[in-house]
Amino acid sequence: MRLSDEFRDPALVRELAERIGRFSGMSATIMEVCGTHTMSVARFGLKSLLPPGVSLISGPGCPVCVTDQRDIDAYLAIGALPGVTLACFGDMIRVPGSATSLERLRAEGADVRVVYSPIDAVDTARGDPGRQVVFFGVGFETTIPAIALAVKVAAEGKVSNFLVYCAHKTIPAALRALLATDELRVSGLLLPGHVTTIIGSGAYSFLADQLGVTCAVAGFEPVDILLAVEAILARIEQGTAAIDNAYPRAVRAEPNPRAAELIDEVFVTSDALWRGLGSIPGSGVALAAKYAVHDASLRFADTLAAVPPPKQTTCKCGDVLRGITRPSQCPHFGTTCTPTDPIGPCMVSSEGACAAAYKYEGV
Amino acid sequence: MCLAIPMRITQIDGLVATAEIDGIARRVRIDLLDKASVGDYVLIHAGLAIAIVDEQEAAETLALLRGVFYETQ
Repeated sequence: MRLSDEFRDPALVRELAERIGRFSGMSATIMEVCGTHTMSVARFGLKSLLPPGVSLISGPGCPVCVTDQRDIDAYLAIGALPGVTLACFGDMIRVPGSATSLERLRAEGADVRVVYSPIDAVDTARGDPGRQVVFFGVGFETTIPAIALAVKVAAEGKVSNFLVYCAHKTIPAALRALLATDELRVSGLLLPGHVTTIIGSGAYSFLADQLGVTCAVAGFEPVDILLAVEAILARIEQGTAAIDNAYPRAVRAEPNPRAAELIDEVFVTSDALWRGLGSIPGSGVALAAKYAVHDASLRFADTLAAVPPPKQTTCKCGDVLRGITRPSQCPHFGTTCTPTDPIGPCMVSSEGACAAAYKYEGV
Repeated sequence: MCLAIPMRITQIDGLVATAEIDGIARRVRIDLLDKASVGDYVLIHAGLAIAIVDEQEAAETLALLRGVFYETQ
């Protein structure tokens, strides 16, 4: 039996659902910060196992969804230049920009490639030195080390035609900003397990100590998620707040030291633009000066300066990402916005809250 | 996007390893791992192993849930 199958064991899921049943009568709203959790919760029907007063809402943890329209438009503008090859993760291909998308740009003749790993894009650049290969750096701390490694490999191999357009985001700073607003009322947070393998659960201690919000780090199988929900509900019942680790097979309190060293070597902390949340200080990374030759925002500065401001739409993705609007409350949901013809990124990404709601919960 | 797949390492050559799941093999970088060995379960994300899965921790979690005392030996 595969390891992950053990954490899907229906007998254990039933037992945990029964244990969580003892919290019936409690009223609690738990935000699943990570888009991959949103997908697991929907896919395994976990909401149906919780007591009626306990609800799960989606948060800002879908990298495609939180990528600001300005960054998408900027990357598309670079892709329209001659001699440029775009390389990105598959999730980005169908995300609508103000005027076009990567999919449409490719249909019009641009060289747009989907890669599994950013290192693959370095190989593409090495094999075609006449073209500028620009990788779209999206993703949280889980993904940032892979980009850092690709930049380092490119620098060491003198592959100067490998560039990164950096739109990465970091989770703790975003959670601090999100919880600082009055509009969101959450009783607890389900923290992203794989981000936490990199930064360590200690990175969130301020959430419990300063903000009084109890949290549990969760893996991605049904048993993992239910264990984390149980830990959060038990803390709420006791009236205490802590950062519990419900994913001990992969997560420690300390950061991964090698990842921390690699990220510090290649990146510096920067402010970042989030769809729906605006600019959050210290919630992003930019390439360190030493790696400036690989920075697409410097190489294509003139092109980027001419990109018009994004087109305004009535899409509610920004509110969905802040947890204040449910997907079904958006007037476009399931009518003018569907996975085959999406308006906003939350319907495009496989882990977007709207795509998960559409696929598993119906219109 | 933060999906990471648990795969088992079958071969290590410097900072590059081969990892397998369900008969599918991939070459992955293991720069982030402190001491990876053949046979370890690792979490793979975007071609990079981001963590070793502690199988003893996994077994303890499951054993606690199943209400049995787990003996490591």
